[in-house]
Amino acid sequence: MLISIASGKGGTGKTLVATSLACAIKDTYSVELIDCDVEEPNAHIFINPEFTVSEVVETPVPKIDESKCNHCAKCSKACVFNAIAILNESVLTFPDLCHGCGVCAFVCERKAITEVPYRTGLIEKGYAPGIKFKQGKLDIGRAMATPVIKKLKEDAGKEQDVTFIDSPPGTSCSMVEAVDASDLCLLVTESTPFGLNDLELALQTINQLGVPGAVIINRARPEDRRVEQYCQQNQVPILMQIPLDYSIARLYSKGITLALGSPQWRENFRHLFEKTKELVR
Amino acid sequence: MKEIVVLSGKGGTGKTCIAASFAVLAKNKVMADCDVDAANLNLLLAHEILEEHEFQSGQVARINEASCLSCRLCEQYCRFDAIDNCQVVETRCEGCGLCLLVCPFEAVSMHPNIAGKWFVSNTRYGKFVHARLGIAQGSSGKLVAMVRQKAKDIAGTNSAEYIITDGPPGTGCPAISSLSDADLALLVTEPTLTAHHDLERVAGLCRHFGVSQAVCINKCDLNESNSRSIEKYCEKLNIPVVGRIPVDDSFTRAVEQGIPVVEFTCNSPVKEIEKMWAFLDSRI
Ligand code: SF4
Ligand code: SF4
Repeated sequence: MLISIASGKGGTGKTLVATSLACAIKDTYSVELIDCDVEEPNAHIFINPEFTVSEVVETPVPKIDESKCNHCAKCSKACVFNAIAILNESVLTFPDLCHGCGVCAFVCERKAITEVPYRTGLIEKGYAPGIKFKQGKLDIGRAMATPVIKKLKEDAGKEQDVTFIDSPPGTSCSMVEAVDASDLCLLVTESTPFGLNDLELALQTINQLGVPGAVIINRARPEDRRVEQYCQQNQVPILMQIPLDYSIARLYSKGITLALGSPQWRENFRHLFEKTKELVR
Repeated sequence: MKEIVVLSGKGGTGKTCIAASFAVLAKNKVMADCDVDAANLNLLLAHEILEEHEFQSGQVARINEASCLSCRLCEQYCRFDAIDNCQVVETRCEGCGLCLLVCPFEAVSMHPNIAGKWFVSNTRYGKFVHARLGIAQGSSGKLVAMVRQKAKDIAGTNSAEYIITDGPPGTGCPAISSLSDADLALLVTEPTLTAHHDLERVAGLCRHFGVSQAVCINKCDLNESNSRSIEKYCEKLNIPVVGRIPVDDSFTRAVEQGIPVVEFTCNSPVKEIEKMWAFLDSRI
């Protein structure tokens, strides 16, 4: 079973929910947690895994054999990402702009282009007690997050009973890559107008992907019920509310996830998982 | 004209509340919301939309069923798994055009991709450029660049002194795009291990692009010892800590009312924002 945890905006408590869920049920199920927030991977802070393997993630970029190239410029015209330019009888490539689509090598009639690997990030794998853990890190200065996420998800959900995916925030391509193909997406939001606005967008996104969703309200404040009302109107189940409580925030600040810091919350998260499971069924 | 980008690495640290407050405090400025993925600044700055434009970026493939003979060559070639059963999955298509090149039956055509919208608005505080990235779109970096360029144009025409930019979270393509050539990045963090971790990544990004930085620790009393280690980290790297804002629920209440927090109250946490602005204003 593949459960993704996402949110329309950052800082709503996605990682708190993902790590707490994993910790709460690890004695009952075999659990895998994948941190797909490759721009800001944080789940490891709460899980403290021991990493045993690391793998470099590479994407293909063109390499030009100058001895074969006649500067016909077919490749630079064909590349829609402007990652190749011909300048005074020489070919310039811009690997940071390249999407690795292979068009340039395909159009080159003189077979002057080969594709070579270019590093974009790193994947680390390891274990914390009872949890198989994976995370990806986009190299600083690199823009393409999706290849790292794709690689992270390669064999997700195959070995373990449950795989939790901590998704990047937002609704852009990297969130889509992380959430795609999950059995259910838990959307974490907060009861503010920001939270509501971003939740609406996140719900539209998972609808488009055909992934069913449920909502968790973090920092819930009884004064502001707009998120609840919205969910009721749109028939989206709310599975949990975590109150605005500075003792929870303090635990979090120390890198202690809620399910490990409080037996009551551990129970609540176990309960949350059972409800999630029912929705998947 | 000076451009200040408010960034955070980690989301939810209070970046937008601070950017909105600067919109009130700075004189003669243009505001830009570069968090195009979860644009929220518009919820704090009452505005009237003057211009609305479609943002076109790249292209998407379409397969004409009538000409397609289901040879599936395109499916084999596409590196992004964007063709499934002879149909283009638009959320995955990068618009590279390889399918068009390989199709023996000319069944593929490319079409402009509408990736979002951008707006120019009027507010009590001055002009405001903002945008909305379409769902599942990938070109947020380009939209960010577009918003910044528009803000610069307006700032040029109005001889504005400042551009105040609410930046995107993360360290990927939108963050890079919001940061390059800016005069100062204000990094808003909080004393949690996660926010500290992300602060180091975003500070690394600023260094990589040679942008000078300053740090603001929001909710600084949430965990004093973490606050101290952030201060130490900044000292080591010579990054000035220009603001220390204690935990205060007027931030949330101002958001609830849809106004910048400096207009909601003038208690001491809010004074801290004013001090911070005064300092930045004098330093830049
Ligand atoms: S692989 Fe694609 S994106 Fe990269 S240089 Fe070649 S044509 Fe351009
Ligand atoms: S344009 Fe490129 S990414 Fe899109 S379907 Fe065709 S080959 Fe795939």
